[in-house]
Amino acid sequence: MSTPEAVVNVGADLLADAIADQATPVTRVDWRPPMSGTEAHLATVAADPLRRTANERALAAVLGVTATLVDVAPASEVLGLQRGEFLHAGPPIAWERASGPLRGGLMAGAALEGLVEDPEDAVALFESGANVSLEPCHHRSTVGPMAGVVTPSMWMFVLEDAATGRRTYCSLNEGLGKVLRYGAYGPEVLTRLRWMGDVLGPLLQRAVRAAGPVDVTGILTQMLQMGDEAHNRNRAGTLMLLRDLSPAMVTSGMDAADIAEGLRFVGGNDHFFLNLAMPACKLALDAARGIDGSTMVVAMARNGTDFGIQVAGTGDEWFTGPAQLADGLFLGSYGPDDANPDIGDSAITETAGIGGFAMATAPAIVRLVGGSVPDALATTRRMHEITLGENPRWTVPVLEFQGTPTGIDVSLVCRTGILPQINTGMAGRVAGVGQVGAGLVTPPAEVFPKALARLAELARGRA
Amino acid sequence: MTTPPSNHVELRPGAYADSVTLLQVSRAVQGLDGVLAAQVAMATALNIEVLTEMGFEVPPEASTNDLVVALRLADADALTAALAGVDQALRDANRRVEGSTEIAPPRTTAAALRRAAGTPGHDAIVVVSVPGPSAVVEAMDAVDAGRDVLVFSDNVPVEQEVALKRAAAERGVLVMGPDCGTAVVGGLGLGFANVVSPGPVGIVAASGTGCQQLLALLDHAGVGVTSALGVGGRDLSAEVRGASTREALRRLDQDPGVELIVVVSKPPAPDVATEIEAYAAALATPVEFALLGDGRPDLTAAAEAVLRRLGRDVPTWPVSGVAPDSTTGATDGGVIRGLFVGGTLKSEAQLIAGTGAGHTFVDFGDDDYTSGRAHPMIDPTLRLEHLARAAADPATGVLLLDVVLGHGAEPDPAALLAPAVSTVSQPVVIAVVGTAGDPQGRARQVDALVAAGAEVHLSNAGATRRALELLGDRA
Repeated sequence: MSTPEAVVNVGADLLADAIADQATPVTRVDWRPPMSGTEAHLATVAADPLRRTANERALAAVLGVTATLVDVAPASEVLGLQRGEFLHAGPPIAWERASGPLRGGLMAGAALEGLVEDPEDAVALFESGANVSLEPCHHRSTVGPMAGVVTPSMWMFVLEDAATGRRTYCSLNEGLGKVLRYGAYGPEVLTRLRWMGDVLGPLLQRAVRAAGPVDVTGILTQMLQMGDEAHNRNRAGTLMLLRDLSPAMVTSGMDAADIAEGLRFVGGNDHFFLNLAMPACKLALDAARGIDGSTMVVAMARNGTDFGIQVAGTGDEWFTGPAQLADGLFLGSYGPDDANPDIGDSAITETAGIGGFAMATAPAIVRLVGGSVPDALATTRRMHEITLGENPRWTVPVLEFQGTPTGIDVSLVCRTGILPQINTGMAGRVAGVGQVGAGLVTPPAEVFPKALARLAELARGRA
Repeated sequence: MTTPPSNHVELRPGAYADSVTLLQVSRAVQGLDGVLAAQVAMATALNIEVLTEMGFEVPPEASTNDLVVALRLADADALTAALAGVDQALRDANRRVEGSTEIAPPRTTAAALRRAAGTPGHDAIVVVSVPGPSAVVEAMDAVDAGRDVLVFSDNVPVEQEVALKRAAAERGVLVMGPDCGTAVVGGLGLGFANVVSPGPVGIVAASGTGCQQLLALLDHAGVGVTSALGVGGRDLSAEVRGASTREALRRLDQDPGVELIVVVSKPPAPDVATEIEAYAAALATPVEFALLGDGRPDLTAAAEAVLRRLGRDVPTWPVSGVAPDSTTGATDGGVIRGLFVGGTLKSEAQLIAGTGAGHTFVDFGDDDYTSGRAHPMIDPTLRLEHLARAAADPATGVLLLDVVLGHGAEPDPAALLAPAVSTVSQPVVIAVVGTAGDPQGRARQVDALVAAGAEVHLSNAGATRRALELLGDRA
């Protein structure tokens, strides 16, 4: 037998020393005990004969999707959303347990749809539950940032995987400050939403139909090399979208003043592209749903009360725990007491390997958490510890063009105790306040052992 | 004297900093003495709105390219210090942060193998010695990556061993272990391995110290071993059915340098023995089975059979020192107290001497003695305690010990054992299992133990028979 060229040692250093003494290079694994109580489930899942190929299939499915923007249209048309139906971010939740920003967003949505005159009156409407229903965006092929409230009259981006025809949806980004998705429902919020429905949506629809489809996955590839991580920084992506669409906006035949306002609005909103990055990520991850034996996370989402994950090998089941408070910087005189726990479907970006996972490529925003550039590099490298592979298209120049860490593995999270790093905005705790800051957050650790236990149960059932 | 809070707002045209930096600056300034509230921001529409809500009046000429410094002070006298604090915070925010760019070590076997993939010299083998409940999880990473793996860990549930070896068989991966203490792979010693020359013999061993005894005897006889593959003590059981033994046999059969394969194991489950013997018979390379047990040849006899099969001379196995014969001395017969670090060496001694006469044999490497502490090949404390206790027992006629050398083992076992032996009144017979090339230096260890009064053998079977002889009980 040939002599091994190198040794990977996991466990006693003494054994590594004995190998190093024989002039053979040794990689020493920094092994630590797994999350409490997970040993038996980890062993069961490791031994599941489906696991390896299932995870290879899941990763390949995600990496094989190219998302294109094919249309912009009202939710009533593309989702069949009816009057009184509300979509929201995160796992399922009822009004009683809904947090301030989610309630604020729902109240704004109710007023936008004309269910109430004054948003404040919507409280009684939702308390009664009469003729209103709440459903997670994720259950309708949709993702929504922050409160993620979608109502029938809101205009949606429609993304499509050309290879399969599968589609995902996301509303149009309202900008920063006092906006519905941060739980604000004042007159300026409703005025902006009405303008988006009356002017911006139709303008974008004409432009996309004339100039599209727009290769969203391709723009993501480029923006990741331009300092955007596509969750808290979307500046390059937004401007590239505008570059692709602005000629068709100009020639749309709409009123010149409306076109100018549309261009100004998109160009002035650094987060406009977030609402394309998110459904692009969902479109990719949905390709891996329902693969028996796969331990890959296909969704991380928060409703402001609960943080939930879904896993490729466990169907549509949500594994939930309490949403955490972000650690970061606050706007104005707001402080930690003003912040609501983590909210929004935007952690779909991290689930797909960008956002916090691609922190190394966005040094401009590392100070968001009082961090440093070396911290950002370390964060992205650390995320490779809990992911199944790398994305060959989405690369990080400063890390020698290493692909972004893709496919969070429930087992690897439980083994290492390393939690996914999420970049996020912070909504005010009280309905109506809006954004109070931005920072870093992780899922509650318990969701991963819960998902692992279910994966182990399913594996035992097949054995 | 108290003064009412005072607001200070100033514009700094052209002093751009990004919004995140300015959030950080604002937070730093808010922490200064005498500052009630502070906002340092570019004068965008949104920020002006925020400032207005905070109660600041922003000059109407402010444009988005101006930096606004807005401070609410407990006392107007604090202004100079606060503005100095703003400047300091702006400078601090732009300083280069000194951070470590060192890459953290991998946290799992999977990560370690993935990092190594694609780089030259990445043909890695994996050694796992984490606690038993986690061992298969790490070992499965190696199997997933198509890498051979040695599992040193014990306390691995047998059903996990079966699952690991089933996955390994699908991928053509060799799993050595669990509870595999030693292996030599293409000349590289893993675990507790002796330093041997390359040569014509390949070993498949379900026993760590049994393998080491064979390596030591063959080395003394001038016969080298290029690969000695451990398979774990349970591999030939009815549950595991020789999964690793087959792969190890296949590998050694493919190695053109191997002229004879030796399988060292306890007797397998009967139907497994039939399967393995049939598998071995189909190989191009001859296979010698050294199956240890009651009424079967001991390890030394097995080594002699290997030498004869290779057409080599069987040497006289070395003995150094002479223990005083207790039957002619002060002790009146008595029994053997066998204190071992090697499980197979203990079993072999027990089989040769029997326990009917009251002889006792303890394996300090057994789980009962290693729970929460290092193996006795690394930590001799426990055996030294028992040695003193056995020596003080009037029933003890002879003390029979083993010392196992090799990579990973205690660097100088005689350093503590020889002084302990020198205080013992009974005869002490020791099997020192090792080779001339071992890091501890077998000759040096033997000399120190002989000087302390012990009689030292290379053959554990020979040492045991000598112990019986000293009691006047020729086996």
